[in-house]
Amino acid sequence: MMQIECPYCGLRDEIEFSFGGEAYLTRPDLSVDDVEWTQYLYFRHNLKGLHAERWRHTHGCGQWFNAVRDTATHQFVKSGETADQPPQRRIGEIA
Amino acid sequence: MQRYSGLTLLRHVLTGHRHWKPLWRTPEPKPHYDVIIIGGGGHGLATAYYLAARHGIRRVAVLEKGWLGGGNSGRNTQVTRSNYFYPVSTRFFDRSLQLYERLGKELNFNVMLSQRGVLNVATSLHELELMRRWANAIALNGVDAQLLTPQEVRRAVPRINLNARVPIVGGFIQRRAGISRHDAVNWAFARGADALGVDLIQNCEVTSFTQSDSRVTGVVTTRGVLSADRIAIVASGHSSELARRAGFRLPLTSMTLQAMVTEPVKPVLDTVLVSPSVHVYVSQSDRGELVIGAGADVYHSYMQRGSLATTEAAITALLELFPSFGRLKLMRQWAGVVDVSPDTSPIIGKTPVENLYISCGWGTGGYKAIPAGGETLAYTIAHDAPHPLIESFALSRFTTGALVDEGAAAGVAH
Repeated sequence: MMQIECPYCGLRDEIEFSFGGEAYLTRPDLSVDDVEWTQYLYFRHNLKGLHAERWRHTHGCGQWFNAVRDTATHQFVKSGETADQPPQRRIGEIA
Repeated sequence: MQRYSGLTLLRHVLTGHRHWKPLWRTPEPKPHYDVIIIGGGGHGLATAYYLAARHGIRRVAVLEKGWLGGGNSGRNTQVTRSNYFYPVSTRFFDRSLQLYERLGKELNFNVMLSQRGVLNVATSLHELELMRRWANAIALNGVDAQLLTPQEVRRAVPRINLNARVPIVGGFIQRRAGISRHDAVNWAFARGADALGVDLIQNCEVTSFTQSDSRVTGVVTTRGVLSADRIAIVASGHSSELARRAGFRLPLTSMTLQAMVTEPVKPVLDTVLVSPSVHVYVSQSDRGELVIGAGADVYHSYMQRGSLATTEAAITALLELFPSFGRLKLMRQWAGVVDVSPDTSPIIGKTPVENLYISCGWGTGGYKAIPAGGETLAYTIAHDAPHPLIESFALSRFTTGALVDEGAAAGVAH
């Protein structure tokens, strides 16, 4: 059982959370073509190693937040960045 | 290939079992192959076999970073069925089931196919309506499906709790479905491919591709640089990793799917019982162990372990349906890395890179697809064009929106 650090509630068990997919995805303008829209809708990094992702503390405070976790070890590198903050850096380079 | 039969077994008995031959060679990698298959699981091995057996392409290597069949092919719950919803899916998976039905004979290896039926139970009238729709769709596709009353469910599964917190209101069964022995399927294809000249190279991880313009020309591995005319990525959970090294992305999520077995007991269950809503599926192996599976741990993971919380959820569902199983000890739990696609249907065929093919996105339902997956990918590689059965599963479908959304349609994760 992973323990995840919610920025509001602190360290909680993984079952209190819902996973929200890859973080820092920018929704493109609706004028883009199908190929670029498809990339946004479906295509993801999905790599072994550091992964920027979103979590929601569903069975707690209910807030969304971002975290960086190693998908090979489940170690959280950085957690608790609230979802409505703009990203400090682009995490496209991760892995 | 040393053929197996009752007679040869007797010969071995009479000669003290001193003349058994290894199932396959352990060759050194050659510098060049016509086709390199990355991934030595069921799909990769089946592809290699069919390339050699059906298309006469034998200068083939299967590169496996670990041991053959050590990935998802050796970690699944062995369910072999074709009760899908969309015509394109049902056609494909039933072709696979048909291949399974004669696989033991074709490969001269006992794959232990037991067509004991896969029985899905409904726990609400709405779910029963969904199942009627599902069963009718299957029947319209010419595949066997039979709706059952609660009494018929009880007759088929005497131990089931019909009046749990969520009562069972009916179900449906695909009688031609069942289970087979996953290791046997892997080894049978490996032995068959090796006998036809395919090199099976284990402990060989592909770290990058060699490319010329927009074409792949070979692979860099932990056992040297190899060149090839055509290369196929058949690496399930690690597909995105390999695609990145070839310069393209995939719409996959690699997550953990667990499986577990209880201690062996005398026969108590002679069909495969699936409950989509009280989420668990269970069968009993020939060794007497109950083989249990349920939902995935729904976040990216390459760990092949899984959270105890998910294990507990699977067992909770099992005990709701079979309270008497609460007395059994859980013997072993493990997991694989499943690559789930956005429409829970596979991605198989060509990639944006020339001479590079892929078979991935099998998610939680790749085992039953091994024979047809291998057959169609082998055809696709040999002809550089998709086999008709897999045209709908092209990577390009995500741009057109022509999704084969099996999970939503059938109401089952697949």
